[in-house]
Amino acid sequence: MSQPATAISATNRPGAPQWKKWLSLDNRYVPPAFITLILLAGQFSYGILESYERTLLAIATAIGLELILGRIFLGKWLNVASAYITGISVGILVRSPAFWPFAVAAALAITSKYVLRYKGRHLWNPSNFGISVVLFLLPASVAMLSIQWGNNMASMIVIWVLGSIIIWRLRRFHISATYVISFLVLAVIRSWIIHQPWLAEVSPITGPEYQLFIFFMITDPKTTVRSKKGQCIVAFLVALVEMFFRLDQSIYAELYALFWVGPIAILIEMWLDSRRTKPSQSPAVATVTGTSHQPIS
Amino acid sequence: MKRGPLARIILFLFFIGLIAVPLVLTRKASKSEAASSQASTSAALTRYGFYLTEDSKQAGVNFVHQAPVLDRQLAPIMPEVASMGAAVSIVDFDHDGWPDIYVTNSGESTMNALYRNNHDGTFTDVASKLGVANVNRSGTGVSMGAVWGDFDNDGFPDLFLIKWGRPILFHNDQGRGFTDVSIQAGLPEWMNANTALWFDYDGDGKLDLFVGGYYNENIDLWHLKTTRIMPESFEYAQNGGRKYLFHNLGEGKFDEVSGSVGINSRRWALASGAADLSGTGHPDLFVANDYGVSELFVNDGKRFHEVGKQAGVGFSPKSGMNVAFGDIFNQDRFSIYVSNISESGVLIQGNNLWVPQDGTPGSMPHYVNMAGSLGVELGGWSFGAQFGDLNNDGNLDLFLANGYISLDHSRSYWYDFAKVAAGNSTIIGDAKNWPAFNGRSLSGYQQKRVWINDGAGQFQDVAHDVGVTDTHDGRSVAVGDLWNNGALDVVVANQSGPLLIYKNKVDPAEKWIEFKLEGTKSNRDAIGAELTLYWDGKKQLQQVAAGTGFAAQNDLRMHFGLGKDARIEKAVIRWPSGIVQTLDHLTPGELYTIKESQ
Repeated sequence: MSQPATAISATNRPGAPQWKKWLSLDNRYVPPAFITLILLAGQFSYGILESYERTLLAIATAIGLELILGRIFLGKWLNVASAYITGISVGILVRSPAFWPFAVAAALAITSKYVLRYKGRHLWNPSNFGISVVLFLLPASVAMLSIQWGNNMASMIVIWVLGSIIIWRLRRFHISATYVISFLVLAVIRSWIIHQPWLAEVSPITGPEYQLFIFFMITDPKTTVRSKKGQCIVAFLVALVEMFFRLDQSIYAELYALFWVGPIAILIEMWLDSRRTKPSQSPAVATVTGTSHQPIS
Repeated sequence: MKRGPLARIILFLFFIGLIAVPLVLTRKASKSEAASSQASTSAALTRYGFYLTEDSKQAGVNFVHQAPVLDRQLAPIMPEVASMGAAVSIVDFDHDGWPDIYVTNSGESTMNALYRNNHDGTFTDVASKLGVANVNRSGTGVSMGAVWGDFDNDGFPDLFLIKWGRPILFHNDQGRGFTDVSIQAGLPEWMNANTALWFDYDGDGKLDLFVGGYYNENIDLWHLKTTRIMPESFEYAQNGGRKYLFHNLGEGKFDEVSGSVGINSRRWALASGAADLSGTGHPDLFVANDYGVSELFVNDGKRFHEVGKQAGVGFSPKSGMNVAFGDIFNQDRFSIYVSNISESGVLIQGNNLWVPQDGTPGSMPHYVNMAGSLGVELGGWSFGAQFGDLNNDGNLDLFLANGYISLDHSRSYWYDFAKVAAGNSTIIGDAKNWPAFNGRSLSGYQQKRVWINDGAGQFQDVAHDVGVTDTHDGRSVAVGDLWNNGALDVVVANQSGPLLIYKNKVDPAEKWIEFKLEGTKSNRDAIGAELTLYWDGKKQLQQVAAGTGFAAQNDLRMHFGLGKDARIEKAVIRWPSGIVQTLDHLTPGELYTIKESQ
């Protein structure tokens, strides 16, 4: 997961008082604060973490690498909000009795941003990449948070309401909403195909891992397309590909769906952009997104 | 990107290295798995000092467990909801000095078996003759386990039958028969329990009984009023069965006192163990819960206080299915082994080996999970486990049963299981939302683990090498010297599978000693008595326990391996009464019967 983009609003204008900027939902630190809140609420109410040490290891690895790689390859010390979200996501989602998978997943996530690039733009959502790779290559040592969280509806509603407000203010609610609606509709189809209760098919989206997926992973501005319509189409395609993974009984279907759909969508967008701008613009312009404030996140 | 090609090449190599780490590790693990092969008896004796031979047929034991068949509404997920009930206890019920075996069955109208030891390596089922076979009659529920304790101190251990249904307390009539005394004892009409143990929690010399409920006791699993019987959460469920503590009033009467002494949990208990972990002289109670955290009830002599979180054992919720105590470092302190679920690519809970880190007598130590670093973390879908010195080298080894549901080998239920278990309580809590099994396996066909302790902080799985190769769905494990030859044998009850008796052949150069304790002021079975043996500069703590592991009971006699050329210094017994007794002039290769000094 990376940081959702921030939009410039009245409170974030150059002339606005400093304290208003800090209290504004448009602050770039709101998403990290929100995910920290989820972590703390989950930990103190249910004890969701494998351990504090493992989560801290993931965060420290992500931040450390971001600082080092940013300094080396971009020549400056980067803001670590995005790396923090990546690290904390790995720390929450990865489940392993060992320590090293947390470091490896976080390192893979951050490094992927600097290595897996095309025309100056990284293709994969960092935490999606890091977690998917360790899940796929290390099934005997690594699993993902799925059933290790309270199944209490009240806590989920709090997350949904808070998450929706924040995502709405960040102008990315339509992505989450499209995905959720698509998932629910496709659950009906899956239920019909495999002759299982609809609630069984709906069940995963009521679990914890999906909340992080919906609010933080698929909304990542750096790894989604730019147009609102395109974002909705991509969100639907993620749900659609996920359905096929699910029909194949893939437990981490949503992660793998995003793993494939996300980069392909970006490549298509870049190809379309290059066709449109060929006569007048250089490829480097395509790397600057309308909502992004950081060169790499 | 500002840097030149060299920096980018280094970055790329680093990235490739990160991906290679998992690949190399996976390859290494699969190679080491493939390298394991079954060794011959002599090779195993030379290499590990022991060999286990599955001997049930030669011993005349031909018992196959049958699983319960519950209400028709549960038919789609019957393999899951009826996945327990195979249990074994080793007990000398007729006081002839030879351990016998009691094994439970769980289909309606099936028979439990009591295998009397014929002293010649064979056993005869006398359950029907003595009245403890036909205990699974329709309408009364079925057996889930059995624990033996001499509640009236008459010298013969009595039998408490753990059931999903009407629990039964049998009085042992001098080894010649059993009488159902449940009504007189004041037992409840119905419970859905999977664990129980005898212990003298208040030190009055009379054995009390703890019983841990699993399903809510108001549910009759054969006549459901609702399908909302499942746990409300996979890891945080508190809608399970209640707990019972039956205080022994004497004359066959018991008073249920759990609430008044501080035991109020409604977690889904699957295993329990009692030991004086805090050094107060009173037995504490450790409960391993399915769908949640373990609980540790400290006993101050009058009340219990749940201190799981403070002690470090009650924070990370897993699927606890076993409680076994063992002094694995020979430091006169118990570590605690709790089994959980580990399935590659889905759920890696890892088993817990709680090792005490500090604490002084009279205070609860803090525990740290060292299962990973000691090599006893991953077994599979693990159930019963027991510590015991299988090769008599002076270090406690660990036998672990694994495997949940073995049906169609090629089709797994894991995807559907994970799908529903992730969901909200409204979904997971209702059996009708669970997809049908349709003959699929769920962590089936898994091997047992036989981890030998090298005494230096590492356990090595030698199951295949020492003859333990079966892949039945293991549940209950009990250990005891069945042949009275100084070697710990292992009996395994498998769900919907055969009872297996692993007869142990140990290198005769490895010495041993055994103790049978008899209380006078303390309860007669000496349940709760601790014995520390000192030899060759080492020491090891063991205790007498009536109920440990998963739905199991080991022989009440204590068995110590000593290694080669052992010289015993002394043995110190701490009786439940508080009396401390020291034994000198002990010789290896003997079974000592010790009466509590007055």
